[in-house]
Amino acid sequence: MILDLQEVSLAFGGVQALNNVSLSVPEGAVKAIIGPNGAGKTTLFNLVSGFLQPQEGRIIFKGEEIQGQPAHLLAAQGIGRTFQLVQLFDHMTVLENVMVGCHRRGHAGLLSGALRLPWTFSEEKAIRQWAWEALEFVGLTDRAHQFAAVLPLGLKRLLEIARALAAQPTILLLDEPASGLDAMETERLRDMILSLKDMGITILLVEHDMSLTMEVAEEIAVLNYGRLIADGPPRAVQKNPEVIAAYLGTDWQA
Amino acid sequence: MGGALGEGFIRRLLNRWALLAATVALVAVVLENNYYLSLLNFIGIHTILVVGLNLLMGYGGQISLGHAAFFGIGAYASGILTATYGVNPWLALIAGLIVCGIAAFLIGVPALKLHGYYLAMATLGFGIIVYIVLNEAQPWTGGPSGLSGIPSLSLGGLKLDTPWRLYLLIWLTVWAILLISANLVDSRTGRALRALHDSEAAARSLGVDTARLKLQVFVWSALYASLAGSLYAHTLNFVAPASFGFMFSIKLVTMVVLGGMASIWGSLMGAAVLTMLPELLAVFHDYETIVFGGILMVVMIFLPRGLVRGILDLWEFRKYKREGVRFQVSGFRD
Repeated sequence: MILDLQEVSLAFGGVQALNNVSLSVPEGAVKAIIGPNGAGKTTLFNLVSGFLQPQEGRIIFKGEEIQGQPAHLLAAQGIGRTFQLVQLFDHMTVLENVMVGCHRRGHAGLLSGALRLPWTFSEEKAIRQWAWEALEFVGLTDRAHQFAAVLPLGLKRLLEIARALAAQPTILLLDEPASGLDAMETERLRDMILSLKDMGITILLVEHDMSLTMEVAEEIAVLNYGRLIADGPPRAVQKNPEVIAAYLGTDWQA
Repeated sequence: MGGALGEGFIRRLLNRWALLAATVALVAVVLENNYYLSLLNFIGIHTILVVGLNLLMGYGGQISLGHAAFFGIGAYASGILTATYGVNPWLALIAGLIVCGIAAFLIGVPALKLHGYYLAMATLGFGIIVYIVLNEAQPWTGGPSGLSGIPSLSLGGLKLDTPWRLYLLIWLTVWAILLISANLVDSRTGRALRALHDSEAAARSLGVDTARLKLQVFVWSALYASLAGSLYAHTLNFVAPASFGFMFSIKLVTMVVLGGMASIWGSLMGAAVLTMLPELLAVFHDYETIVFGGILMVVMIFLPRGLVRGILDLWEFRKYKREGVRFQVSGFRD
C-alpha cells in the first residue's frame, strides 16, 4: 500500500466532513473515490495533500506518517494533485506553468537567479527540457508560448496534469478531471490516465463521470456524508445495495 | 516580459539594455543643466524603490503600504552613521542594508502570514511607527527638522558631490538593479513568485514553500529601498522625516500601478512620469495628493495593467484582430 488512511476524521464546526474513514491505495493502481456532492471527497484530497490536517487518525504515505506536514513538503515527497476548479498560473505561459512544476527539481535561489550565475544556465535548460517533455506527454507543445488563461477548459485540465507530472509525483490526485470536458476530451483524458498508470504513477481519482470511472479504476471507494460505505473492485461496489441507495440511484444498474 | 526565452529573446534583451545605457548616457550629455540632472537623479532613486516594490506587489501580489519606511531606514542609517559617527559612507550603506534586511525579516515573519487588506494594514502600521520614531528620536535623528551634514560618497578619492557625478553613480546602479530584477523575474524563484500571485494553493501543491518565498522577496525589496535611501541621503546631504511618511509610500504604490504591475520597464516609466510631473507643472504642487489619487483611480479603471502594458495590450489586440482568422482556426478541436 502506497497510501493508507487510518480512521481519519475531520469536522468543520458541526459538519462531520470525514467520519472515521479508513482507506488504502495499492501502489501503481488507479483508485477512484465517488460519492454525492458534499460527501467529503475533496476534503479527503486536501488532507492527503497537506492542505488540511486531520483531527483524528493517521495518514501513511510510503510507510511514513504524513499528517500535519505542510503541502509543499508533501509535494516534494511525491504527492501531486490537480484542483476541482482549475488553478493555473493565468499570467504565465503554458510552458512556464509546467516549469513551476519542476520547482523542486531545481536549486537556484533568489540571489543566484538574480545574478544569473553561470551554473544556473544549465539548470534552466534542464527545467525547460523537462517541462517540454511533460507538455509533449499531454500534447500541448503547440500552445507552449500562449498564456495559460487563453486555453479552453479541456486544455487547461491537461495543462494542470502536465504541471503536476513535471513535479515527478509517485501518487497523483486528480480532482474531477473530466468535469466540463466534452466526449472527445474525456476520451483523451482516459487515455492519459491509463498511460500515467503505465508509467508507474499511482492515481487517486475523484470523478462524477461514471463510465470513465468504471473504465479506468481498479478499485472504487464510495463516500457518503463523510462515511466510507463501500470499497472494492468496481463490480462489487456496483452491486452494493447501500451504494445503490445512497448514490447511484435504483435505475443506475440498467 | 516573462515568457519566451530562446536565442532571439536574449538578443532582444541585450539590445534593450544597451539601448537604455545609450539613452541614459546621451541624455546626460545633452542635459548639461544641473537642475535636470538632479531631477534625473531623483528619478533614478525612485526607480530603484519602485522596481523593488513591484517585485513584491506586481509580481508577488503582496501589498506593502509602508515601503517608505525601509527607504527611511536606509537613509537614516547612512545619515546617522556618517554625519554623527564619521563612518565611511560605503560601510554605512552596507550597515543600512543589514539593518533594513533584519527589520524587514522581523516585520515580515508575522505580517506575511496575513493576506490582502490585512497585510496592507500591517505594513501601513509599520510605516507609521517608523515615521514617528524618526520624528521622536531626536538625539539620533535630529527630529522633525532633520539631519544635516551628511557627507557625499566618494570613489577612489573622487568626491561624488556634483549632479553629474552622482548621475553616473545613480544610473549605473539603476541599470544594475533593472538587470538583476529582470533576471530574477525570469528565474526559478521568479517563476515561483509569479505563480504564488496567481494561485498560492497550486504553487504549494508543486512544492513551492510560499511562506518562505514571500519573506525572501519582502526582504529583497526592502534591501532595494535601503540602497535607494542611502543614495538619497548622500545625494541631498540632508534627510528629514517628511520624506519618508505615509504619503510617500502611497506615491510609490502609484508609481508601480501607473508604470504597470509586474513590469520591470514599467517601473522605470512610472517613476519617471510621477517624479517629473510635480516639477513640470507648478500648479501640481498644491493639489499633489488629489492629483496622485486621481491618477491612481484613472489608471486602475482604464489601464489596469499600467501605462506600458496598457499600450502593449492595445498594440497586441490590434495584431490579433488582424490575424484573427488564423488565430481562431488553430483551436484545440480541429
